[in-house]
Amino acid sequence: MISYGHHRYPGRLFVVEGTDGSGKSTQLALLYQWLRSEGYSVFFSEWNSSPLVKDTTRRAKKRRLFTPTTFSLLHATDFADRTERDIIPPLKAGAIVLADRYIYTAFARDVARGCDRGWVRELYRFAVKPTAAFFFRAPLDVAIDRIAAARPTLKYYEAGMDMDWSNDEEESFKMFQGKILDEYDHMVNEFGLTVVDATQPIRTQQRQMREIVSRYLKERLKAKEALER
Amino acid sequence: MKEMKFYGTALPNVEIEPYSGKLIVIEGADGVGRSTHVAMLRTWLESAGNAVLDTGMTRSILAGRGIKNARSGHTLGRITMQLYYATDFADRLQNQMLPALRAGFIVLTDRYIYSAIARAIVRGADPDWIRAIYGMALVPDAIFFLRLGSPETLAGRVLRSGNGFDYWESGMDLGLGNDYYDSFIAYQKLLLKEFDRMIGEYGFHVIDASRSINRVATALRRGISRVIETEAPAAPKENPKIAMVEKQVTKPAKDGSSVAS
Repeated sequence: MISYGHHRYPGRLFVVEGTDGSGKSTQLALLYQWLRSEGYSVFFSEWNSSPLVKDTTRRAKKRRLFTPTTFSLLHATDFADRTERDIIPPLKAGAIVLADRYIYTAFARDVARGCDRGWVRELYRFAVKPTAAFFFRAPLDVAIDRIAAARPTLKYYEAGMDMDWSNDEEESFKMFQGKILDEYDHMVNEFGLTVVDATQPIRTQQRQMREIVSRYLKERLKAKEALER
Repeated sequence: MKEMKFYGTALPNVEIEPYSGKLIVIEGADGVGRSTHVAMLRTWLESAGNAVLDTGMTRSILAGRGIKNARSGHTLGRITMQLYYATDFADRLQNQMLPALRAGFIVLTDRYIYSAIARAIVRGADPDWIRAIYGMALVPDAIFFLRLGSPETLAGRVLRSGNGFDYWESGMDLGLGNDYYDSFIAYQKLLLKEFDRMIGEYGFHVIDASRSINRVATALRRGISRVIETEAPAAPKENPKIAMVEKQVTKPAKDGSSVAS
């Protein structure tokens, strides 16, 4: 098993992170369009998308079967399948992989639910370290307003209702998102996340993102040229 | 009553409190006869008046079906497989085993974390990684390891059971042999090596499973009797030396109380 930070692949892995409503998916979609138009092979990998695990997760959410530990472990299982199936093979082939949410989502959510920080990090040790991880940071009230506008009802686990913090969904959701945001803030230095101010205009954020991504792609091209010479 | 002790970090949302039940693990290779013995032990324990819960891998409500479906496709990656099993284990631990132990049941488990650890290591997982994940496990009151040194004998037992060789239990995903038989033999050898390493680390009671079913059953009953009948209030006090020796032998249950029988 290769541990985090020790994988050596010719491809590049860029991930976006942030609370719900931070606008990260929009930014990743725009990045995808741009990279495709530049002629790169780009693969897209989404959180919670493993065909082997999806049905189990869906059923468990519906029937409220999760404990914080099994929630954490089943999401890690899903992520492992994505890593083995969708992330490592394209990276080996030299492609660009874009991931909407990555291990930092699990670290934030699971710790907010009471899982041990060290245990969760150990659990995901098999993950490939991203080339760059963008953290779209929106203040709590902004994120909550955006979600409230987009979705009239909150889902049970999304609102952290399993934790019995509050009987009020909105109240529980705010507490949960607050804890998640705290965890993200802790991780900025720990994992070297690139912070993007998510209150800026979409175009500004995208420009910042493209600048950073192109830097990593240029490095790669330079290295390739040097090799050919 | 016995305090709950975990191998590593206890699960969040689990109240660490004394429990009156007993957690008894039956470990051993594929085809060694674990499930036969668990069934026999259950009958024996129940007829003596003990409430018994039996459990085993992939029997969780949460992940059991998902694992079975994933296994049938043969597209299950190695790390994914280990984590799916860990999910299944955590669900059974929190929702079956711990509640039963608190209620005073004898929990008989057909395999525990040791099989999962051995399988993961044989498949290239980092031993520290898989052990850290299973740090959530409760330290059992006793672990009986049904040991059979000859994979060829195991293969014979698997065939006699009428089920034939299973893709995963033969380690076919590892590419160890050209056919199920060769692969099974090579795979079981690797697993045995891992199990043998764990004997001292986890304090297994080793039971020689090459003997007849009856003799293995007798050995298991004797071992389990020691675990469930320690420190009976009526125990005679005039022979403290013998009592102390006995206590050492039955180390895992030294502070447990007996379940009414």
